[in-house]
Amino acid sequence: MDPNHRRNQLLSIGGTALLAALLYAANSAGSDYTIRILNNCAIFIILAVSYNLINGVTGQFSLEPNAFVAIGAYTSALLTLTPMEKEISFIIEPCIWPLSVISVPFAVSLLAAGIVTAFFGFLMGFPVFRVRGDYLAIVTLGFGEVVRVIANNTQSITNGPLGLKGIADHTNLWWSWGLAVLTVFLIARMVRSSYGMAMKAIKYDEAAAEAVGINAFWHKMLAFTTSAFFEGIGGGLLAHLITTISPTLFTFFLTFNLLIIIVAGGLGSITGSILAAILVTWGGEALRFLDEPMDLGLFEIPGIPGMRMVIFSLILIFIMIFARHGILGTREFSWNWLSGKLGIGGRPR
Amino acid sequence: MILLTAEALTMRFGGLVAVNDFNLHIEKGEIVGLIGPNGAGKTTVFNMIAGYYTPSEGVIRFRDSVISGLKANRITKAGIARTFQNIRLFSELSVIENVMIGYHCRIRSSFFGATLRLPLYRREEKMMVDGAMKLLREVGLEEVARERSTSLPYGKQRRLELARALATGPQLLLLDEPAAGMNPNETQELLELILRLRTDYDLTVLLIEHDMKFVMEICERIKVLDYGTTIAEGTPHEIQNNPRVIEAYLGEVQRA
Ligand SMILES: Nc1ncnc2c1ncn2[C@@H]1O[C@H](COP(=O)(O)OP(=O)(O)O)[C@@H](O)[C@H]1O
Ligand SMILES: [Mg+2]
Repeated sequence: MDPNHRRNQLLSIGGTALLAALLYAANSAGSDYTIRILNNCAIFIILAVSYNLINGVTGQFSLEPNAFVAIGAYTSALLTLTPMEKEISFIIEPCIWPLSVISVPFAVSLLAAGIVTAFFGFLMGFPVFRVRGDYLAIVTLGFGEVVRVIANNTQSITNGPLGLKGIADHTNLWWSWGLAVLTVFLIARMVRSSYGMAMKAIKYDEAAAEAVGINAFWHKMLAFTTSAFFEGIGGGLLAHLITTISPTLFTFFLTFNLLIIIVAGGLGSITGSILAAILVTWGGEALRFLDEPMDLGLFEIPGIPGMRMVIFSLILIFIMIFARHGILGTREFSWNWLSGKLGIGGRPR
Repeated sequence: MILLTAEALTMRFGGLVAVNDFNLHIEKGEIVGLIGPNGAGKTTVFNMIAGYYTPSEGVIRFRDSVISGLKANRITKAGIARTFQNIRLFSELSVIENVMIGYHCRIRSSFFGATLRLPLYRREEKMMVDGAMKLLREVGLEEVARERSTSLPYGKQRRLELARALATGPQLLLLDEPAAGMNPNETQELLELILRLRTDYDLTVLLIEHDMKFVMEICERIKVLDYGTTIAEGTPHEIQNNPRVIEAYLGEVQRA
């Protein structure tokens, strides 16, 4: 359809190669601190882009990512910990069989995290999509709390409030960014397909979508389950990055952060979510200096803990005032758009 | 061959009886009109046939199977497509995407096949694009295929909604006030378009319309509703001279 298809494909491959070169440089010359931020960026891209699929693309305002991330993190961590490590950590109650004897490679554990989380998403979708609007938000919010309570109380599976420690630090730049690129690629393709179009149709007018034969319930389930799959993988990456997880890590605050990201990026825009994930993750770190004492030459400001969050919130408020639909609205960055802006033509459509 | 039968349809909203004991048979290939003053219950009849409301009483049959109680998307797949009285397009999508979506319910590609763009999906996507383009040509919108649907003027939005309905491959088309807001020229074009589409796509049409000239010219049979009750039925000629119809419409003038 698009006469610039070839060129755009080459540009995309070129962009990915450039990213790989940057990662290589960061990996060999960057500080641990830089590498950690880069890993966080990649993981938040995965989480935000998949959350955006249900909230932005399909327009179903829901609040469950912390639950999905928790399920993914626990699943993959429990699968990579060796039987020996599990025996040592589970001090209050021993880990149940067969989890106690299983240990699989990292890649397998990530896939399992995706599948298990998708399965939970699927089960949850049935009651969730019977309700709409505010109810949907409340039910999904409750789900996050339920998962946390379960994680706290199923001592023999999750080790309860003690959490899991000593998870191998398998997550590196190649894993996190590799999977971020793969996630974005797959979700973008899905959104471009007629299934994605149907999801957008549901967002704009559900009754009209039904009138053209779209089973709204089923397409919401697809979006939700897919979202859960990738959130689960993101959770697995997170667990193997921070190496210690406990139920307190997956509070509503995580969901809230992701919500800020997808709203600031522009609900429904994949590239907006990516951009905002990077800005928020990196920006949150970059603004850290605000919490520390500052010497402004003439006078000195004592460190005010929390200053960072104040400034950060102000920036977000400004984004929402001056770009009410987020940075990109529902638009997408594309090579055609860029070449148009730069005035270097390409063939017209 | 009888395509659609509605038997003793009644629709209540709380204490309000919006439609009362409504009966209808439509033969394949017919163009039937449903008229009546505002609030008579015409759109409610459409909503029952199209699966948006489950009738409080009565049965609807389409090609020998009972469809009352089925969900709207199932009824569309069974072969009944509709347009809305207040146009409902997918606002942020382009004109061609609005029509392509009509084909989505008929593709065989799975979710995975479509995401991975397997050969079957590529073929089906081409079918969707070509089909949508063909329909846009039919309704005279091929020039604006890439534009945002809501940037179109009113008359074109109505025709786009018609093309979108056709994309679902219907046998029966329900048109809710298709000429509303059109000038006489556009109305005449619409009339010719509907007649042409009926032949080319082997359609049966049930339509609601207030423009009497349009209704009398295009419909073979007309049913008149007032306060949810059928007050007359017949050919355009019979309806025009029916005293009860004249009274109902005069009543509307007085009520207004
Ligand atoms: N969902 C609904 N809930 C309550 N009342 C309704 C609903 N839909 C229609 N009505 C009422 O039913 C009556 C018929 O409405 P409608 O079918 O839209 O009339 P028409 O299309 O003939 O103008 C009106 O009094 C309207 O207010
Ligand atoms: Mg009406």
